[in-house]
Amino acid sequence: MHTPYAYSVLMPIRHGLLALLQRGPMYGYQLRASFEESTGGTWPLNIGQVYTTLTRLERDELVRALPSSDGGQRPYEITQAGRTELAKWFSTPVNRSDRPRDELTIKLALAITTPGMDVSAILRTQRTATMRSLQEYTRLKAGANRPNDLAWRLVLDALLFQAEAEIRWLDHCEASLVRFAVPATHSGAPDNTPAGAASPPAASARPPAGDANEIDADEIDAEVARHE
Amino acid sequence: MSDRVLELRDVHRTHGRGPTAVRALRGVSLTVCAGELVAVMGPSGSGKSTLLNLAGGLDRPTSGEVLVEGVPLAGCSRTELAALRRRRIGYVFQDLNLLASLTAVENVALPLELDGTGVRRSRHLALAALDRMELTGIAGRFPDELSGGQQQRVAIARALVGERRLVLADEPTGALDSQTGEAVLRLLRSTVDDGAAGVLVTHEARHAAWADRVVFLRDGEIVDISGPLSQPEDLLTAGPATS
Repeated sequence: MHTPYAYSVLMPIRHGLLALLQRGPMYGYQLRASFEESTGGTWPLNIGQVYTTLTRLERDELVRALPSSDGGQRPYEITQAGRTELAKWFSTPVNRSDRPRDELTIKLALAITTPGMDVSAILRTQRTATMRSLQEYTRLKAGANRPNDLAWRLVLDALLFQAEAEIRWLDHCEASLVRFAVPATHSGAPDNTPAGAASPPAASARPPAGDANEIDADEIDAEVARHE
Repeated sequence: MSDRVLELRDVHRTHGRGPTAVRALRGVSLTVCAGELVAVMGPSGSGKSTLLNLAGGLDRPTSGEVLVEGVPLAGCSRTELAALRRRRIGYVFQDLNLLASLTAVENVALPLELDGTGVRRSRHLALAALDRMELTGIAGRFPDELSGGQQQRVAIARALVGERRLVLADEPTGALDSQTGEAVLRLLRSTVDDGAAGVLVTHEARHAAWADRVVFLRDGEIVDISGPLSQPEDLLTAGPATS
């Protein structure tokens, strides 16, 4: 039995292999090469993962093994049940809640509630790193010698949009911190307050407690609107 | 030294005086070399446009120095500044400012003609600039006969015509759709790759990502600079930031 996490990670490989086998019978190394080609190299598989997945697919009667070739390679073909399973996968939207928890979100939430954390610094470090990723994806896209490779372009676009969304969220977090926090934690900014005179830095990242939260939501919306 | 096209040295700019004074920039230092595109990001009011105006000699700093190709702008007369802006600096603004009564090629040729270049040569250079923007076929059309994307590319051609060494762009993709916006950025990128220095002000991270460096401004100060990694291949296996 899979845990929900493992299930969510393995599902695309299972269905990815089924999709490839829909084109025709293939053996393990061919499947690995085709999978990486289809995903623009963004998702390298090791051959062990491929064979483990093929074994499970065979157990579930979604694929069947064909006789080995002279070279000792054993091709697999998709079964009717496999075709049905694949069609179901393509027609079902991906459920966001099935995906692994986002480490960054958890890190930020914990940083805000942990005394003494410089949340602004964490945000800036992350944004710089995510911006670098975005720059590199853009560079790959700009320099791509594969103008007709739609799959590759769209995979890159997905990474670009995800990184962009993360930066927008980080900007939003930073704006919220500035709005709801004591400004003492802003490194580099001129600060007229004597050191230690303000509330401790740990408190700076905390949103106002209690019934102020309802007002927060409106103000956050207004803040978002201003940035859009 | 010679490849430093734009230098800002500890630049401050305060608008107004007394208690209502706004400190738009507080000690910003930035160098942009030939072949380099720098994006400037930051929330509204962070000083992005002020920085761009100072870089283009449209505004003067309260203190600090701005140098274009090693020449301190503070020492330039108004006439010299105007000549510099016509010859060496190209602007692409969100508001395109194309003249409605001139055709695309006439719009592009205008800054050259104003600068004393002959009509025939100006037109030749303007056509070459339009050709680079893949706009050869629409040279004779008026702005209102062009799509938004075509107008934007004409504006870029005008900004880049002649021997511009510094290109300053303020939200150059404006309200264009993502495909057209990307084409505009691709052209800006290739212009810089051909040897110009570029500064791109934008609030879109996806657009800023076309730059070699991304500078984050907040409250008139640079709070972050993000440069490229050396191993782009590493990223493809990692996914964006978290995995």
